[in-house]
Amino acid sequence: MYGLAATFADAFALLATFDHRAVEIVSLSLRVSGSAVILGTFIGLPLGACLAVGRFPGRSVALVVINGLMGAPSVVVGVVVYLILSRSGPLGGLGMLYTPAAMVAAQTLLVVPLMAAIARQIIEDTWQRYAEEFRAMRFTWLQSVTTLLYDCRHSLLVAVLAGLGRAMSEVGAVMIVGGNIDHATRVMTTAIALETSKGDLPLAIALGIVLVAVILVLNAAAFAMRAWAMRRYG
Amino acid sequence: MFPLRLRDVRFQPNGRKVLDGVELELGGEGITLVLGPNGAGKSVLLRTICGLLEPTGGQMDWGGGARPHLGVMMVFQHPMMLCASVLENVALALKPHGVPRTERRRRAARVLDRVGLLARASESARLLSGGEQQRLALARAWVTAPRLLLLDEPTASLDPSATAEVERIVREIRTDGTRILMTTHNLGQATRLGDDVVFMSAGRVREHAPVQRFFARPASDEARLFIQGELPWRMNF
Repeated sequence: MYGLAATFADAFALLATFDHRAVEIVSLSLRVSGSAVILGTFIGLPLGACLAVGRFPGRSVALVVINGLMGAPSVVVGVVVYLILSRSGPLGGLGMLYTPAAMVAAQTLLVVPLMAAIARQIIEDTWQRYAEEFRAMRFTWLQSVTTLLYDCRHSLLVAVLAGLGRAMSEVGAVMIVGGNIDHATRVMTTAIALETSKGDLPLAIALGIVLVAVILVLNAAAFAMRAWAMRRYG
Repeated sequence: MFPLRLRDVRFQPNGRKVLDGVELELGGEGITLVLGPNGAGKSVLLRTICGLLEPTGGQMDWGGGARPHLGVMMVFQHPMMLCASVLENVALALKPHGVPRTERRRRAARVLDRVGLLARASESARLLSGGEQQRLALARAWVTAPRLLLLDEPTASLDPSATAEVERIVREIRTDGTRILMTTHNLGQATRLGDDVVFMSAGRVREHAPVQRFFARPASDEARLFIQGELPWRMNF
Protein backbone atom coordinates (compact mmCIF):
# COMPACT_ATOMS: atom_id res chain seq x y z
CA MET A 1 0.00 0.00 0.00
CA TYR A 2 2.88 2.29 0.89
CA GLY A 3 4.47 1.50 -2.46
CA LEU A 4 1.37 2.61 -4.36
CA ALA A 5 1.15 5.86 -2.39
CA ALA A 6 4.82 6.53 -3.01
CA THR A 7 4.38 5.86 -6.72
CA PHE A 8 1.54 8.38 -6.93
CA ALA A 9 3.59 10.88 -4.93
CA ASP A 10 6.46 10.49 -7.39
CA ALA A 11 4.04 10.86 -10.30
CA PHE A 12 2.64 14.14 -8.93
CA ALA A 13 6.20 15.32 -8.28
CA LEU A 14 7.02 14.72 -11.95
CA LEU A 15 4.02 16.81 -12.95
CA ALA A 16 4.69 19.55 -10.42
CA THR A 17 8.28 19.96 -11.59
CA PHE A 18 7.29 19.87 -15.28
CA ASP A 19 9.62 16.93 -15.89
CA HIS A 20 11.13 17.53 -19.32
CA ARG A 21 10.49 13.96 -20.51
CA ALA A 22 6.83 14.17 -19.55
CA VAL A 23 6.45 17.62 -21.11
CA GLU A 24 8.04 16.44 -24.35
CA ILE A 25 5.77 13.40 -24.56
CA VAL A 26 2.61 15.33 -23.69
CA SER A 27 3.49 18.05 -26.20
CA LEU A 28 3.99 15.54 -29.03
CA SER A 29 0.78 13.72 -28.11
CA LEU A 30 -1.24 16.91 -28.28
CA ARG A 31 0.33 17.94 -31.59
CA VAL A 32 -0.23 14.53 -33.20
CA SER A 33 -3.78 13.97 -31.94
CA GLY A 34 -4.74 17.63 -32.44
CA SER A 35 -3.53 17.52 -36.05
CA ALA A 36 -5.39 14.26 -36.67
CA VAL A 37 -8.62 15.68 -35.23
CA ILE A 38 -8.31 18.89 -37.26
CA LEU A 39 -7.82 16.82 -40.42
CA GLY A 40 -10.64 14.52 -39.31
CA THR A 41 -12.92 17.52 -38.82
CA PHE A 42 -12.29 18.77 -42.36
CA ILE A 43 -12.76 15.30 -43.86
CA GLY A 44 -15.15 13.47 -41.54
CA LEU A 45 -17.79 16.14 -40.92
CA PRO A 46 -18.35 17.04 -44.61
CA LEU A 47 -18.31 13.32 -45.44
CA GLY A 48 -20.99 12.72 -42.81
CA ALA A 49 -23.04 15.63 -44.14
CA CYS A 50 -22.77 14.30 -47.71
CA LEU A 51 -23.95 10.88 -46.56
CA ALA A 52 -26.84 12.49 -44.66
CA VAL A 53 -28.07 14.60 -47.57
CA GLY A 54 -27.03 12.55 -50.58
CA ARG A 55 -29.18 9.86 -52.15
CA PHE A 56 -27.07 7.78 -54.51
CA PRO A 57 -26.66 4.14 -55.51
CA GLY A 58 -24.56 2.33 -52.93
CA ARG A 59 -25.39 4.77 -50.12
CA SER A 60 -26.48 1.93 -47.84
CA VAL A 61 -23.20 0.12 -48.46
CA ALA A 62 -21.28 3.33 -47.71
CA LEU A 63 -23.18 3.72 -44.44
CA VAL A 64 -22.45 0.13 -43.40
CA VAL A 65 -18.75 0.58 -44.23
CA ILE A 66 -18.48 3.87 -42.34
CA ASN A 67 -20.33 2.48 -39.32
CA GLY A 68 -18.19 -0.66 -39.43
CA LEU A 69 -14.94 1.29 -39.62
CA MET A 70 -15.96 3.24 -36.52
CA GLY A 71 -14.90 0.25 -34.49
CA ALA A 72 -11.90 -0.77 -36.57
CA PRO A 73 -9.06 -2.03 -34.32
CA SER A 74 -6.30 0.55 -34.18
CA VAL A 75 -3.60 -2.08 -34.75
CA VAL A 76 -5.23 -3.06 -38.04
CA VAL A 77 -5.30 0.59 -39.14
CA GLY A 78 -1.68 0.81 -38.02
CA VAL A 79 -0.69 -2.16 -40.16
CA VAL A 80 -2.52 -0.73 -43.20
CA VAL A 81 -0.76 2.63 -42.83
CA TYR A 82 2.53 0.81 -42.23
CA LEU A 83 2.14 -1.12 -45.48
CA ILE A 84 1.32 2.06 -47.38
CA LEU A 85 4.25 4.03 -45.93
CA SER A 86 6.84 1.25 -45.79
CA ARG A 87 9.72 1.39 -48.26
CA SER A 88 7.99 -1.06 -50.66
CA GLY A 89 4.57 0.57 -50.21
CA PRO A 90 2.89 3.05 -52.60
CA LEU A 91 3.93 6.06 -50.50
CA GLY A 92 7.24 4.62 -49.31
CA GLY A 93 9.16 7.26 -51.20
CA LEU A 94 7.86 9.96 -48.86
CA GLY A 95 9.97 8.55 -46.02
CA MET A 96 7.21 9.18 -43.52
CA LEU A 97 7.42 5.94 -41.58
CA TYR A 98 8.47 6.37 -37.94
CA THR A 99 7.76 10.08 -38.00
CA PRO A 100 4.99 12.09 -36.29
CA ALA A 101 3.48 12.65 -39.75
CA ALA A 102 2.88 8.91 -40.08
CA MET A 103 1.21 8.91 -36.67
CA VAL A 104 -1.03 11.80 -37.73
CA ALA A 105 -1.99 9.85 -40.87
CA ALA A 106 -2.84 6.74 -38.87
CA GLN A 107 -4.88 8.62 -36.29
CA THR A 108 -6.69 10.55 -39.04
CA LEU A 109 -7.70 7.25 -40.63
CA LEU A 110 -8.97 6.12 -37.24
CA VAL A 111 -11.05 9.21 -36.45
CA VAL A 112 -12.56 10.00 -39.87
CA PRO A 113 -15.09 7.11 -39.89
CA LEU A 114 -16.08 7.80 -36.29
CA MET A 115 -16.58 11.52 -36.87
CA ALA A 116 -18.34 10.92 -40.19
CA ALA A 117 -20.77 8.40 -38.68
CA ILE A 118 -21.69 10.65 -35.75
CA ALA A 119 -21.97 13.70 -38.01
CA ARG A 120 -24.16 11.75 -40.44
CA GLN A 121 -26.62 10.85 -37.71
CA ILE A 122 -26.79 14.40 -36.29
CA ILE A 123 -27.15 16.06 -39.70
CA GLU A 124 -29.64 13.53 -41.06
CA ASP A 125 -32.00 14.24 -38.15
CA THR A 126 -31.83 17.97 -38.94
CA TRP A 127 -32.07 17.38 -42.69
CA GLN A 128 -35.35 15.51 -42.28
CA ARG A 129 -36.82 18.63 -40.68
CA TYR A 130 -35.34 21.10 -43.18
CA ALA A 131 -35.35 19.20 -46.47
CA GLU A 132 -38.68 20.44 -47.78
CA GLU A 133 -37.94 24.07 -47.03
CA PHE A 134 -34.45 23.87 -48.56
CA ARG A 135 -35.93 22.37 -51.70
CA ALA A 136 -38.61 25.08 -51.78
CA MET A 137 -35.81 27.68 -51.65
CA ARG A 138 -34.06 25.80 -54.52
CA PHE A 139 -30.93 25.07 -52.54
CA THR A 140 -28.32 23.09 -54.40
CA TRP A 141 -26.97 19.94 -52.84
CA LEU A 142 -23.77 21.74 -51.85
CA GLN A 143 -25.66 24.68 -50.36
CA SER A 144 -27.71 22.22 -48.29
CA VAL A 145 -24.57 20.49 -47.01
CA THR A 146 -22.76 23.70 -46.04
CA THR A 147 -25.84 25.20 -44.41
CA LEU A 148 -26.49 22.04 -42.40
CA LEU A 149 -22.87 21.88 -41.23
CA TYR A 150 -23.20 25.47 -40.04
CA ASP A 151 -26.58 24.88 -38.41
CA CYS A 152 -25.40 21.77 -36.54
CA ARG A 153 -22.05 23.23 -35.52
CA HIS A 154 -22.70 23.02 -31.79
CA SER A 155 -24.02 19.45 -31.90
CA LEU A 156 -21.08 18.43 -34.09
CA LEU A 157 -18.76 19.18 -31.19
CA VAL A 158 -19.77 15.73 -29.98
CA ALA A 159 -18.24 14.21 -33.10
CA VAL A 160 -15.06 16.25 -32.68
CA LEU A 161 -14.75 15.23 -29.04
CA ALA A 162 -15.34 11.58 -29.87
CA GLY A 163 -12.60 11.82 -32.49
CA LEU A 164 -10.23 13.45 -30.02
CA GLY A 165 -10.94 10.78 -27.43
CA ARG A 166 -10.30 8.05 -29.97
CA ALA A 167 -7.09 9.66 -31.22
CA MET A 168 -5.60 10.41 -27.82
CA SER A 169 -6.40 7.06 -26.27
CA GLU A 170 -5.30 4.71 -29.04
CA VAL A 171 -1.93 2.99 -28.79
CA GLY A 172 -1.75 0.29 -31.47
CA ALA A 173 -1.57 2.39 -34.61
CA VAL A 174 0.93 4.96 -33.38
CA MET A 175 3.11 2.20 -31.94
CA ILE A 176 3.29 0.47 -35.34
CA VAL A 177 3.80 3.51 -37.59
CA GLY A 178 5.68 5.67 -35.09
CA GLY A 179 7.87 3.03 -33.52
CA ASN A 180 7.73 4.65 -30.05
CA ILE A 181 11.16 6.24 -30.59
CA ASP A 182 12.40 8.31 -27.65
CA HIS A 183 12.51 12.06 -28.35
CA ALA A 184 10.95 11.45 -31.76
CA THR A 185 7.67 9.55 -31.84
CA ARG A 186 6.92 8.68 -28.21
CA VAL A 187 3.42 9.80 -27.21
CA MET A 188 1.50 9.42 -23.97
CA THR A 189 -0.15 6.07 -24.70
CA THR A 190 2.96 4.36 -26.07
CA ALA A 191 5.05 5.81 -23.25
CA ILE A 192 2.58 4.56 -20.64
CA ALA A 193 2.70 1.06 -22.15
CA LEU A 194 6.49 1.07 -22.29
CA GLU A 195 7.14 2.58 -18.86
CA THR A 196 4.65 0.19 -17.23
CA SER A 197 6.40 -2.80 -18.79
CA LYS A 198 9.75 -1.41 -17.58
CA GLY A 199 8.38 -0.90 -14.08
CA ASP A 200 8.80 2.90 -14.18
CA LEU A 201 5.33 3.49 -12.81
CA PRO A 202 5.62 7.15 -11.70
CA LEU A 203 6.10 8.40 -15.27
CA ALA A 204 3.36 6.07 -16.56
CA ILE A 205 0.94 7.33 -13.91
CA ALA A 206 1.92 10.97 -14.45
CA LEU A 207 1.22 10.64 -18.17
CA GLY A 208 -2.03 8.82 -17.42
CA ILE A 209 -3.15 11.67 -15.18
CA VAL A 210 -2.36 14.21 -17.90
CA LEU A 211 -4.17 12.12 -20.52
CA VAL A 212 -7.34 11.87 -18.43
CA ALA A 213 -7.11 15.54 -17.41
CA VAL A 214 -6.81 16.73 -21.01
CA ILE A 215 -9.85 14.73 -22.07
CA LEU A 216 -11.86 15.95 -19.06
CA VAL A 217 -10.92 19.60 -19.64
CA LEU A 218 -11.83 19.42 -23.33
CA ASN A 219 -15.15 17.78 -22.51
CA ALA A 220 -15.88 20.44 -19.90
CA ALA A 221 -15.07 23.16 -22.44
CA ALA A 222 -17.35 21.55 -25.00
CA PHE A 223 -20.12 21.22 -22.43
CA ALA A 224 -19.77 24.90 -21.51
CA MET A 225 -19.83 25.88 -25.18
CA ARG A 226 -23.01 23.89 -25.80
CA ALA A 227 -24.66 25.42 -22.75
CA TRP A 228 -23.74 28.88 -24.03
CA ALA A 229 -25.10 28.01 -27.48
CA MET A 230 -28.38 26.81 -26.00
CA ARG A 231 -28.78 30.07 -24.11
CA ARG A 232 -27.77 32.15 -27.12
CA TYR A 233 -29.71 30.34 -29.87
CA GLY A 234 -32.38 28.31 -28.11
CA MET B 1 -45.18 32.18 -65.85
CA PHE B 2 -48.85 33.21 -65.75
CA PRO B 3 -51.51 32.18 -66.34
CA LEU B 4 -50.69 29.02 -64.44
CA ARG B 5 -52.94 26.24 -65.67
CA LEU B 6 -53.38 22.88 -63.98
CA ARG B 7 -55.08 20.31 -66.14
CA ASP B 8 -56.24 17.02 -64.66
CA VAL B 9 -53.36 17.09 -62.17
CA ARG B 10 -53.24 13.95 -60.10
CA PHE B 11 -51.14 12.85 -57.18
CA GLN B 12 -51.96 9.28 -56.32
CA PRO B 13 -49.15 7.52 -54.43
CA ASN B 14 -49.89 3.81 -54.05
CA GLY B 15 -53.28 4.37 -55.66
CA ARG B 16 -54.46 6.74 -52.93
CA LYS B 17 -56.22 9.70 -54.57
CA VAL B 18 -54.71 12.70 -52.82
CA LEU B 19 -55.17 14.93 -55.85
CA ASP B 20 -57.77 13.55 -58.19
CA GLY B 21 -57.80 15.51 -61.43
CA VAL B 22 -57.31 19.10 -60.29
CA GLU B 23 -58.34 21.76 -62.79
CA LEU B 24 -57.25 25.28 -61.92
CA GLU B 25 -56.19 28.48 -63.63
CA LEU B 26 -54.42 31.31 -61.85
CA GLY B 27 -53.89 34.74 -63.32
CA GLY B 28 -50.91 36.92 -62.50
CA GLU B 29 -52.35 39.05 -59.71
CA GLY B 30 -54.18 38.83 -56.41
CA ILE B 31 -54.59 36.56 -53.45
CA THR B 32 -56.31 33.22 -53.87
CA LEU B 33 -57.44 31.39 -50.75
CA VAL B 34 -57.65 27.61 -50.89
CA LEU B 35 -60.38 26.33 -48.59
CA GLY B 36 -61.55 22.86 -47.81
CA PRO B 37 -61.82 20.25 -45.08
CA ASN B 38 -58.85 18.40 -43.66
CA GLY B 39 -57.52 15.87 -46.14
CA ALA B 40 -58.98 17.75 -49.11
CA GLY B 41 -55.54 17.99 -50.71
CA LYS B 42 -54.86 21.71 -50.13
CA SER B 43 -51.31 21.37 -48.83
CA VAL B 44 -50.48 18.72 -51.40
CA LEU B 45 -51.73 21.05 -54.14
CA LEU B 46 -49.36 23.78 -52.92
CA ARG B 47 -46.45 21.33 -52.67
CA THR B 48 -47.15 20.08 -56.17
CA ILE B 49 -47.21 23.61 -57.60
CA CYS B 50 -43.98 24.36 -55.69
CA GLY B 51 -42.35 21.30 -57.22
CA LEU B 52 -41.82 19.48 -53.94
CA LEU B 53 -44.11 16.69 -55.12
CA GLU B 54 -44.16 15.29 -58.62
CA PRO B 55 -47.71 14.77 -59.89
CA THR B 56 -48.48 11.25 -61.03
CA GLY B 57 -50.56 12.56 -63.90
CA GLY B 58 -51.89 15.65 -65.64
CA GLN B 59 -50.20 18.82 -66.81
CA MET B 60 -49.01 22.08 -65.32
CA ASP B 61 -48.58 24.90 -67.80
CA TRP B 62 -46.62 27.91 -66.57
CA GLY B 63 -47.78 30.52 -69.07
CA GLY B 64 -46.59 28.41 -71.94
CA GLY B 65 -43.15 27.73 -70.46
CA ALA B 66 -41.51 25.38 -68.01
CA ARG B 67 -41.70 25.76 -64.23
CA PRO B 68 -39.37 28.62 -63.32
CA HIS B 69 -36.33 27.48 -61.30
CA LEU B 70 -36.55 30.55 -59.09
CA GLY B 71 -39.54 32.81 -58.56
CA VAL B 72 -41.80 30.39 -56.69
CA MET B 73 -41.50 30.38 -52.89
CA MET B 74 -43.39 28.57 -50.19
CA VAL B 75 -43.96 29.36 -46.51
CA PHE B 76 -44.87 26.47 -44.25
CA GLN B 77 -47.10 26.25 -41.20
CA HIS B 78 -44.08 25.49 -39.01
CA PRO B 79 -41.16 27.22 -40.68
CA MET B 80 -37.64 26.04 -39.95
CA MET B 81 -35.37 28.33 -38.02
CA LEU B 82 -31.65 27.90 -38.42
CA CYS B 83 -29.45 28.10 -35.33
CA ALA B 84 -28.51 31.63 -36.37
CA SER B 85 -29.62 35.23 -36.11
CA VAL B 86 -32.87 36.59 -37.52
CA LEU B 87 -30.93 38.44 -40.23
CA GLU B 88 -28.99 35.33 -41.26
CA ASN B 89 -32.22 33.32 -41.46
CA VAL B 90 -33.66 35.79 -43.94
CA ALA B 91 -30.46 36.32 -45.94
CA LEU B 92 -30.24 32.53 -46.34
CA ALA B 93 -33.00 32.54 -48.98
CA LEU B 94 -30.86 34.61 -51.35
CA LYS B 95 -28.08 32.01 -51.49
CA PRO B 96 -29.53 30.13 -54.47
CA HIS B 97 -29.96 33.47 -56.28
CA GLY B 98 -26.21 34.02 -56.35
CA VAL B 99 -26.44 37.27 -54.40
CA PRO B 100 -23.14 38.29 -52.71
CA ARG B 101 -23.06 38.01 -48.92
CA THR B 102 -23.04 41.73 -48.12
CA GLU B 103 -25.89 42.38 -50.53
CA ARG B 104 -27.84 39.45 -49.04
CA ARG B 105 -27.57 41.02 -45.60
CA ARG B 106 -28.52 44.47 -46.89
CA ARG B 107 -31.65 43.16 -48.62
CA ALA B 108 -32.54 41.02 -45.61
CA ALA B 109 -32.34 44.06 -43.32
CA ARG B 110 -34.61 46.01 -45.65
CA VAL B 111 -37.29 43.30 -45.62
CA LEU B 112 -36.95 42.78 -41.87
CA ASP B 113 -37.76 46.47 -41.49
CA ARG B 114 -40.98 45.93 -43.47
CA VAL B 115 -42.09 43.02 -41.29
CA GLY B 116 -41.21 44.87 -38.07
CA LEU B 117 -38.28 42.68 -37.02
CA LEU B 118 -35.31 44.90 -37.84
CA ALA B 119 -34.75 45.75 -34.18
CA ARG B 120 -34.33 42.04 -33.48
CA ALA B 121 -32.12 41.28 -36.46
CA SER B 122 -29.15 40.17 -34.38
CA GLU B 123 -31.17 37.98 -32.00
CA SER B 124 -31.51 34.24 -32.35
CA ALA B 125 -34.38 33.27 -34.64
CA ARG B 126 -35.25 30.32 -32.43
CA LEU B 127 -36.01 32.59 -29.50
CA LEU B 128 -38.73 34.49 -31.39
CA SER B 129 -42.40 33.89 -30.64
CA GLY B 130 -44.51 31.81 -33.03
CA GLY B 131 -45.97 34.92 -34.66
CA GLU B 132 -42.55 36.51 -35.06
CA GLN B 133 -41.15 33.32 -36.56
CA GLN B 134 -43.95 33.31 -39.10
CA ARG B 135 -43.17 36.96 -39.96
CA LEU B 136 -39.54 35.94 -40.37
CA ALA B 137 -40.59 33.12 -42.70
CA LEU B 138 -42.61 35.60 -44.76
CA ALA B 139 -39.61 37.94 -44.86
CA ARG B 140 -37.45 35.04 -46.02
CA ALA B 141 -39.79 34.43 -48.93
CA TRP B 142 -40.35 38.14 -49.66
CA VAL B 143 -36.64 38.95 -49.85
CA THR B 144 -36.40 36.84 -53.01
CA ALA B 145 -39.18 38.91 -54.66
CA PRO B 146 -41.06 35.80 -55.84
CA ARG B 147 -43.60 35.93 -58.66
CA LEU B 148 -45.69 33.29 -56.91
CA LEU B 149 -45.85 32.81 -53.14
CA LEU B 150 -47.45 29.70 -51.68
CA LEU B 151 -48.58 29.99 -48.04
CA ASP B 152 -49.57 26.81 -46.24
CA GLU B 153 -51.78 27.84 -43.30
CA PRO B 154 -49.35 30.51 -42.11
CA THR B 155 -51.66 31.66 -39.31
CA ALA B 156 -52.89 28.25 -38.12
CA SER B 157 -51.42 28.45 -34.62
CA LEU B 158 -51.30 32.22 -34.12
CA ASP B 159 -53.29 34.49 -31.84
CA PRO B 160 -55.54 37.20 -33.38
CA SER B 161 -52.99 40.02 -33.17
CA ALA B 162 -50.21 37.90 -34.69
CA THR B 163 -52.69 36.78 -37.36
CA ALA B 164 -53.56 40.41 -38.15
CA GLU B 165 -49.86 41.24 -38.50
CA VAL B 166 -49.28 38.31 -40.85
CA GLU B 167 -52.30 39.38 -42.92
CA ARG B 168 -50.90 42.93 -43.16
CA ILE B 169 -47.60 41.55 -44.45
CA VAL B 170 -49.35 39.28 -46.95
CA ARG B 171 -51.23 42.30 -48.33
CA GLU B 172 -47.96 44.23 -48.64
CA ILE B 173 -46.29 41.36 -50.48
CA ARG B 174 -49.22 41.29 -52.85
CA THR B 175 -48.92 45.05 -53.40
CA ASP B 176 -45.30 44.44 -54.42
CA GLY B 177 -46.61 42.38 -57.32
CA THR B 178 -46.39 38.85 -55.95
CA ARG B 179 -49.18 36.40 -56.78
CA ILE B 180 -50.30 34.62 -53.62
CA LEU B 181 -51.94 31.23 -53.19
CA MET B 182 -52.74 30.49 -49.55
CA THR B 183 -54.49 27.72 -47.66
CA THR B 184 -56.50 28.47 -44.55
CA HIS B 185 -59.25 27.11 -42.35
CA ASN B 186 -60.16 30.61 -41.22
CA LEU B 187 -63.22 31.72 -43.19
CA GLY B 188 -62.99 35.25 -41.76
CA GLN B 189 -59.46 35.47 -43.05
CA ALA B 190 -60.65 34.36 -46.46
CA THR B 191 -63.11 37.25 -46.61
CA ARG B 192 -60.54 39.75 -45.31
CA LEU B 193 -57.65 38.73 -47.55
CA GLY B 194 -58.85 36.88 -50.59
CA ASP B 195 -59.73 38.07 -54.05
CA ASP B 196 -60.97 34.65 -54.99
CA VAL B 197 -61.51 31.27 -53.35
CA VAL B 198 -60.63 27.78 -54.49
CA PHE B 199 -62.73 25.23 -52.65
CA MET B 200 -61.37 21.69 -52.55
CA SER B 201 -62.64 18.40 -51.25
CA ALA B 202 -61.55 14.81 -51.81
CA GLY B 203 -58.59 15.90 -53.94
CA ARG B 204 -60.63 17.91 -56.43
CA VAL B 205 -61.31 21.60 -57.00
CA ARG B 206 -65.07 21.86 -56.51
CA GLU B 207 -65.38 25.57 -56.96
CA HIS B 208 -63.27 28.57 -57.95
CA ALA B 209 -65.06 31.87 -57.50
CA PRO B 210 -64.60 35.47 -56.32
CA VAL B 211 -64.73 35.68 -52.52
CA GLN B 212 -68.00 37.62 -52.28
CA ARG B 213 -69.81 35.27 -54.59
CA PHE B 214 -68.38 32.15 -52.96
CA PHE B 215 -69.67 33.09 -49.54
CA ALA B 216 -72.95 34.62 -50.75
CA ARG B 217 -73.91 31.98 -53.29
CA PRO B 218 -71.75 28.86 -53.10
CA ALA B 219 -72.27 26.86 -56.25
CA SER B 220 -71.91 23.41 -54.72
CA ASP B 221 -73.55 21.66 -51.80
CA GLU B 222 -70.12 20.75 -50.40
CA ALA B 223 -69.08 24.41 -50.31
CA ARG B 224 -72.37 25.45 -48.70
CA LEU B 225 -72.06 22.75 -46.03
CA PHE B 226 -68.41 23.70 -45.45
CA ILE B 227 -69.28 27.38 -44.96
CA GLN B 228 -72.04 26.38 -42.55
CA GLY B 229 -69.61 24.12 -40.67
CA GLU B 230 -71.66 21.05 -41.48
CA LEU B 231 -69.44 19.27 -43.96
CA PRO B 232 -68.94 15.78 -42.53
CA TRP B 233 -65.34 14.86 -41.88
CA ARG B 234 -63.78 12.57 -44.51
CA MET B 235 -66.89 12.85 -46.68
CA ASN B 236 -66.50 11.18 -50.05
CA PHE B 237 -68.32 13.05 -52.78
